[in-house]
Amino acid sequence: MPTPALSAVAAVADRLLPADGVITDHARLRTYECDGLAHYRVTPALVVIPEDAEQLAAVVRACAEQGVPFVARGSGTGLSGGALPHAEGVLIVTSKMRTIHAVRRDDQRAVVDPGVINLDVTKAATPEGYYYAPDPSSQQICSIGGNVAENSGGAHCLKYGFTTNHVLGADFVTADGDTVALGGAAPDSPGYDLLGAVVGSEGTLGIVTSVTVRLVRLPEEVRTLLVGFESTDHAGAATSAIIAAGIVPAAVEMMDALAIEAAEAAVQCNYPEDAGAVLVIELDGAAIEVEQEFAEVERLCHDNGAFELRVATDPTERALIWRGRKSAFAAVGRISPDYIVQDGVIPRTALPEVLKAISDLSGTSGVRVANVFHAGDGNLHPLVLFDDSVEGAGDAAEKVSGAILDLCIEHGGSITGEHGVGMDKSKYMPRMYTDEDLDTMQLVRCAFDPQSISNPGKVFPTPRLCGEVPGRRKGAHPLQEAGLAEVF
Amino acid sequence: MAATTLDRTAREAVASACADVRDSEPADHVGGVVPGLVARPADTDQVAEVLRAAAAHGLTVVPRGRGTKLSWGLPPTSADVLLDVSALDRVVGHAAGDLIVVTQAGTRLADLQQVVGGGGQRLALDETVSGASIGGTLATNASGARRVATGTARDLLIGITVVRADGVVAKAGGRVVKNVAGYDLGKLLIGSFGTLAVITEAVFRLHPVPVASRWVSVPASDPAQAQQVVQAVLHGQAVPSAIEVEWPADGQGAVHVLLEGREDGVEGRAATVRSLLGEAATESSDDPAGGATYPWDDGDTCLKLTFVLSALADVLETARETGLHLRGSAGAGVAYAAVPEGSSVEAAQDVVRRIRETCTRAGGSAVVLDAPASVKATVDPWGPVPALDLMRRVKDQFDADHRLSPGRFVGEI
Repeated sequence: MPTPALSAVAAVADRLLPADGVITDHARLRTYECDGLAHYRVTPALVVIPEDAEQLAAVVRACAEQGVPFVARGSGTGLSGGALPHAEGVLIVTSKMRTIHAVRRDDQRAVVDPGVINLDVTKAATPEGYYYAPDPSSQQICSIGGNVAENSGGAHCLKYGFTTNHVLGADFVTADGDTVALGGAAPDSPGYDLLGAVVGSEGTLGIVTSVTVRLVRLPEEVRTLLVGFESTDHAGAATSAIIAAGIVPAAVEMMDALAIEAAEAAVQCNYPEDAGAVLVIELDGAAIEVEQEFAEVERLCHDNGAFELRVATDPTERALIWRGRKSAFAAVGRISPDYIVQDGVIPRTALPEVLKAISDLSGTSGVRVANVFHAGDGNLHPLVLFDDSVEGAGDAAEKVSGAILDLCIEHGGSITGEHGVGMDKSKYMPRMYTDEDLDTMQLVRCAFDPQSISNPGKVFPTPRLCGEVPGRRKGAHPLQEAGLAEVF
Repeated sequence: MAATTLDRTAREAVASACADVRDSEPADHVGGVVPGLVARPADTDQVAEVLRAAAAHGLTVVPRGRGTKLSWGLPPTSADVLLDVSALDRVVGHAAGDLIVVTQAGTRLADLQQVVGGGGQRLALDETVSGASIGGTLATNASGARRVATGTARDLLIGITVVRADGVVAKAGGRVVKNVAGYDLGKLLIGSFGTLAVITEAVFRLHPVPVASRWVSVPASDPAQAQQVVQAVLHGQAVPSAIEVEWPADGQGAVHVLLEGREDGVEGRAATVRSLLGEAATESSDDPAGGATYPWDDGDTCLKLTFVLSALADVLETARETGLHLRGSAGAGVAYAAVPEGSSVEAAQDVVRRIRETCTRAGGSAVVLDAPASVKATVDPWGPVPALDLMRRVKDQFDADHRLSPGRFVGEI
């Protein structure tokens, strides 16, 4: 039975949105029960699919008036449960907002709707000689709005940075349903950099309805190398040597033997035989510069024990090299019925030590771990393998997965480099941050969303009470009402 | 200027919070407001103690780094305590292999560059004002020519330690470049002019110092020609580190393109740029006159202008019409301009109005960073600020009593 508050929101949606934009049927609601992290499932009370910013803002306004929680969802590819619906709340899906409004070559900007697919921005800009740099591996299906929420990275963020470095402006619907402009087409807008706080806030501050992004000039030359090493130590040493030589490659990706085995089984990528590790290294930029860097990278790889080195100079060859790496997550399905994709970060120099510790963890627990990672910036994606039909295997895998995050924290790293905290990792936040740190972050939440209705329950393990906000909704705090918190 | 006076209990509370506390001198003024006391804490804990004492006694606090840009922004409406963080001057750690540096906020940018430079690395922020501190650079979001390639503080800061107005110490971010755990408080602090919290420590990503660098310059006297040159370089394949425009109030201007990288690479790319710029182009290994510094002198009205890249010609046109001396990053859409000292208040107002009109039309803004008191008192230094209500709410959450740098920022925050 929907609550009266929810019915009121549904009535607003019914009035303003086309019939296919409001979903109340239980079976259809269930298709939205999870995002890319499928082991968390919650059926939302209502799904709305607005066609434009006005409709979206009106739904949010109705939620604010009724104190109903809402969760924004782009393409639902997130890997931390950030778009996990709220059982008593509204899921606001941006999949009908897919217009690319402008590609302005002379300004190096594009203006896009939040539901626009990441790769489509690049496709629209390519004829002009430009592209959109952040390239999460889901770029063929993930949305810009979701990228903004998660501050998505990608293989090439070593050189080009993350979503936050490429988003300059946004129209933003606050948790009250007001629309404000954050940032703009020009840099350095006066006032607080609210957009900087919004990017990566995982939908907990509000929803973007239009995004102005930076376009980057397509490089003159791209060269991709696939390098085989005896061990991850050798591959790690080569990576360090490249960085120490003052070279900033566009990407440096590493896979260990188990990950290579999986990729071979899945896509026959034909990586060097018997390699204990491979590196995929990509250099891009001005041709003359790439030429020289390439020679040096080649030398440094050989100096550090590379036994095979292949070079791709055209897009087809490049795609072949990337195929193994890009298929890696799904490919472990070939060698294990179930797996957890972990996402942690360490200082790159701690790589040998941490890999050794992961291998020890695996040895003592009997849980296999395949390692795929962005070696250039120390972002690990250990794939923890298990068979859920074996009793206790899931728990054992979960334990190893958690212990890997502890390793990251011990080495001064982070519990997430790009997948986000979401639902999945909020419990780990206190291991990385003090209560005071988390409390301070939530001051931002209180400023943006004092009712705590925008994607509640994500990121922070313990919500902060925001206190009375002048001129806003009177009555008990929604958390208090729900019996989740008391005000002392 | 009359100094602020504090009652005895308040003075004693601040004095017991921090070993180095002294009476103010006229030279300690912030935009003409002489503080009651100057506290110079030794570390983050003492900063927290001072802020707790200030909170307990209802004192206002204005943080100060090295004071090189302290006159920027509006004068504070009150400054009981000047919180001088210059004693927090240590580079805490340089992890060369990870291209990371951890530094205290009072450290001079130049001193930090010295430390990391030993490892062949640099923090890719230009020193636009000599002697500037890390904290002040962050608080004012200062940036220079190289922002075209490596961005600004927001692209380089990866971790931050702050002390809140209530004395609570908090961190955000961390010591790794890739990290999406929690809100990015660093971004909020950058450019906040000391109004949200006191920055005591910062972690930055570093870049390798390029082996070679070269400037290619071409004279420009016509706005359309300057824009055409800049666009040609932007759409070319030379991968410039900087595209600067120098635009004096009268006479000939210039566009300067910086190439950085490997020896042969720079040489080849410089040749590419020269061919784009035409026969009048020249090469030099020295910084152009003015370098990364701002185009103003003491007593000028100092403006920061932003605009979309395609509006460069319009901005240069208006600058010429209004007698502005302009210099800045044509390749990033950010420039600085000066109304000369001695211009009347009315004249300065008129210039601000006209250039603001142009910049606003160009999707950007015109901010008066600094100006003589008479000008500051009569122009709106920030211009239109969207989302101001949300900004006020952020301020109220972080500093409900408006204890920190009151009145200095947008909307008199």
